[in-house]
Amino acid sequence: MKFGVVVFPGSNCDHDCYHVLKHVLGQETEFVWHKDTGVEKFDCLVLPGGFSYGDYLRTGAIARFSPVMEAVVRHAEKGKLVIGICNGFQILLEAGLLPGAMLRNDSLHFVCKYVRVRVENSDTPFTGGVSRGEVLKIPVAHGEGNYYADARTLEDLNREKRVLLRYCDGKGRVTPEANPNGSCENIAGICSQERNVFGLMPHPERCSEKELGSEDGLKIFKSIIG
Amino acid sequence: MTMQTLEITPEIVQRHNLTLDEYGEIKKILGREPNVTELGIFSVMWSEHCSYKNSKRVLALLPKEGKRMLVKAGEENAGVVDIGDDLVVVFKIESHNHPSAVEPFQGAATGVGGILRDIFTMGARPILSMNSLRFGKLESPLTRRLFSGVVSGIGFYGNCIGVPTIGGEVYFDESYEGNPLVNALALGIAHRREIVKAKARGTGNPVFYVGAATGRDGMGGASFASKDLSEESEKDRPAVQVGDPFLEKLLLEAVLELLKSGCVVAIQDMGAAGLTCSTCETASRGGMGIEIDTAKVPQRETGMVPYEIMLSESQERMLVILEKGREAEAKRIFDKWDLHAEEIGFVTNDGLMRVKQNGAAVAEIPAKSLADDAPVYVREEREPGHLRKLQNFDPKSLGDPGDLNAALLKLLDSPSIASKEWVYEQYDHTVRTNTVVLPGSDASVIRLKGTKKYLAVSVDGNSTYCYLDPYEGGKIAVAESARNAACSGAEPLSITNCLNFGNPMKPEIFWQFRKCVEGMRDACLAFGTPVSGGNVSFYNESPKGAIDPTPTIGMVGLIEGCEPVTSFFKKEGDAVILLGETREELGGSEFLKVIFGVKAGLPPRLDLTQAKKLNDLLAALAKKGLLQSAHDCSEGGLAVALAESCILNKGMEMGVTIDTALELSPAGFLFGESQSRVVVSVDPKSLEEAARTVESFSYPYRVIGKVGGKELRVNDLIRVPVEVLAHTWRNAIRRRME
Repeated sequence: MKFGVVVFPGSNCDHDCYHVLKHVLGQETEFVWHKDTGVEKFDCLVLPGGFSYGDYLRTGAIARFSPVMEAVVRHAEKGKLVIGICNGFQILLEAGLLPGAMLRNDSLHFVCKYVRVRVENSDTPFTGGVSRGEVLKIPVAHGEGNYYADARTLEDLNREKRVLLRYCDGKGRVTPEANPNGSCENIAGICSQERNVFGLMPHPERCSEKELGSEDGLKIFKSIIG
Repeated sequence: MTMQTLEITPEIVQRHNLTLDEYGEIKKILGREPNVTELGIFSVMWSEHCSYKNSKRVLALLPKEGKRMLVKAGEENAGVVDIGDDLVVVFKIESHNHPSAVEPFQGAATGVGGILRDIFTMGARPILSMNSLRFGKLESPLTRRLFSGVVSGIGFYGNCIGVPTIGGEVYFDESYEGNPLVNALALGIAHRREIVKAKARGTGNPVFYVGAATGRDGMGGASFASKDLSEESEKDRPAVQVGDPFLEKLLLEAVLELLKSGCVVAIQDMGAAGLTCSTCETASRGGMGIEIDTAKVPQRETGMVPYEIMLSESQERMLVILEKGREAEAKRIFDKWDLHAEEIGFVTNDGLMRVKQNGAAVAEIPAKSLADDAPVYVREEREPGHLRKLQNFDPKSLGDPGDLNAALLKLLDSPSIASKEWVYEQYDHTVRTNTVVLPGSDASVIRLKGTKKYLAVSVDGNSTYCYLDPYEGGKIAVAESARNAACSGAEPLSITNCLNFGNPMKPEIFWQFRKCVEGMRDACLAFGTPVSGGNVSFYNESPKGAIDPTPTIGMVGLIEGCEPVTSFFKKEGDAVILLGETREELGGSEFLKVIFGVKAGLPPRLDLTQAKKLNDLLAALAKKGLLQSAHDCSEGGLAVALAESCILNKGMEMGVTIDTALELSPAGFLFGESQSRVVVSVDPKSLEEAARTVESFSYPYRVIGKVGGKELRVNDLIRVPVEVLAHTWRNAIRRRME
């Protein structure tokens, strides 16, 4: 597969995503500068984590107006894959490719730690290689990962099985204690109606090598590669 | 009357923190009276912060030579250490104490920003940050405000720029009440040929100003940092700069791209003393002159005069000298990163720093006299009168400490010893995917992608020891940081240091300073770890007095040919060995401070030969793959070290049973802080080989117990469920802050 890792000014997980896709998984991978708009050759676009445009105004609020984002929308409309990780998820929300919004963590602090997430639906291009109910060990690192959506949107997301990941404890129980940021219904990741756009707060690229304490992130990337 | 024609009176000289003798010296250099802009320029360059005028003679004691040292301390913005295979490490620690005392969030944030710029302007990509923080007692609301602000500020900057903050240390002691210490360390990596120096050359080469526009923030910060803190300091708030980590991220990427292009002659961050320092230092290093016009400097406020432009410490600015004719190439890179760059001057060959405003001269000073010719003082020194009495204090006179289980829990609950999870969870410590040992171990360890090398970095310093015996304390600070690196399997290579002291005009303070440095020197020589750079922060005094002397040591160690070793127990049944000898050494211990509220006694003695032997022994054990875990005994002694080895691995805690002959007082055995001791665990199958290895080094050791169970048990002295230890230790700071 051919991956494009989008680089916004202020992206800082771009190299990490590139490293995993290119060097760990041996995929054809290129960086896509935010002023470029030619993304036709890619099968999957990655919007990496970081602080695009310093996250001034609101996380992801300025990045959505980057020239590349129009191309990302067209790419998604064609049914091709888009994965937004952390800041990338925030940008997808701002761009309207996924529903809901991000609030500041309920602790009001940035939080960086390993958490557990439960896979809620394995019938998507991003979770196909994982069993439903499987618990992944994966790090988070964000100040605004408190996912919010109104009751109706949450109902839709649940009914359409678009919540792909929820924060849980080591035994897979979705509890308030396991929620690192106050997200509605412990939501850690959701996908689009067509299942081709995926946004998640945890960082699979930071846990795709044994040396880093977990390889569970590979399960997501390998699902994409198929 | 304009600024330029203002008559210089003794009051104006004094307001610039210059003595009348120094003013006389300035007149001699210029052969005339300076104008006020020139006086301002001299005052920042000759401040302690920039010139080290009070510390230079003492700093000369520190060893700077070594086979791995490519750039020595003081030659450039940061030291450069060779780690083989064409790779070099660039690292440095710097203080941002005074700004953080006044405005903790921005003070700490800009401290991180400044040290990162020192690293990437040398051509190295920063790959980690660490810090050493000191505050008053956490019970005080002021301390909680400062602590919380500093931690948020460090996170704000480091998280945004995408450099992982992988660890550090935090201590709480009443001597830092109102005068917190914020020492930030950054480390970068580069190929050897990529290192650039901040040396001007080539008459006519253009001088560019890149980055944020200049404002009135941080006016004269370097001279602000060279005064005692007082209630008046609140009024200095405009001297604290405001950081923009996003802009710095753009600068970082642009500078590294620019340096790769080869069109750069020299580059220097505008840190302390801003435009003044960057121009005269690059000129002086290259034996050249520099001419700039302040009217061409981008400004974000109106009506700024040259005096303000030259002294501003606005953040995220760089001075870049380009090869003439390659401006367009550089401009393309600046444009790509949406950075504002202006040509503000050029290199000259007359050795002068010439400042003009719209073509009219406003300052003309020999660059070398600013950068290198500040007066050097030898300050009077005297041993503090009360010191002998403090050292002669006998801990035994305090009587029975009571319930030892309760004492252990009280130590684990004390914020200096407790888990710093509340702190490092606010720092992104996993970005860049190199952090193989997460914060909390003795040293933080990162891998170097594409190699089989790891770097182990630790930051250490025990100020109580330095207060009670500065020579021994200085030695121990270096020894502990080396031991921490060695515990992870690393060979200690080099240190950077941040020397935090009170007012050097006080003979007792200057005595502490010299003694600490002498101790550090002896330890650096013994370990073969030269000093690659650092900084001195004097005037750390609040109305209540000076801080305890606090040399902070940042040690870089190299792990090669083995996996990094971590501090926590791994497996039931593993044998526990205590390396080193335990003596009755409770003086200056955390136990005395926490249990009895006493800061007295003779701190532990450190034998440098033994300490070096221990480091070599640990390296040998790690290379043979014999270590399941290794954890240094420091504050809180053996009992706290054992407890930490039980509980450090969250979710995988395990107990240990210790049974060994007791030859000391129970408190001395459990909580004494004898040096050069490490608790290691080994697989029972390799116990014999491990013992043989230790014996081949003739290092004292004892097999003291076995990993397993759900309790920490030590003889019949200590018996506490691991769950209780973990809960107490993990929540101590959180429960005080939330």
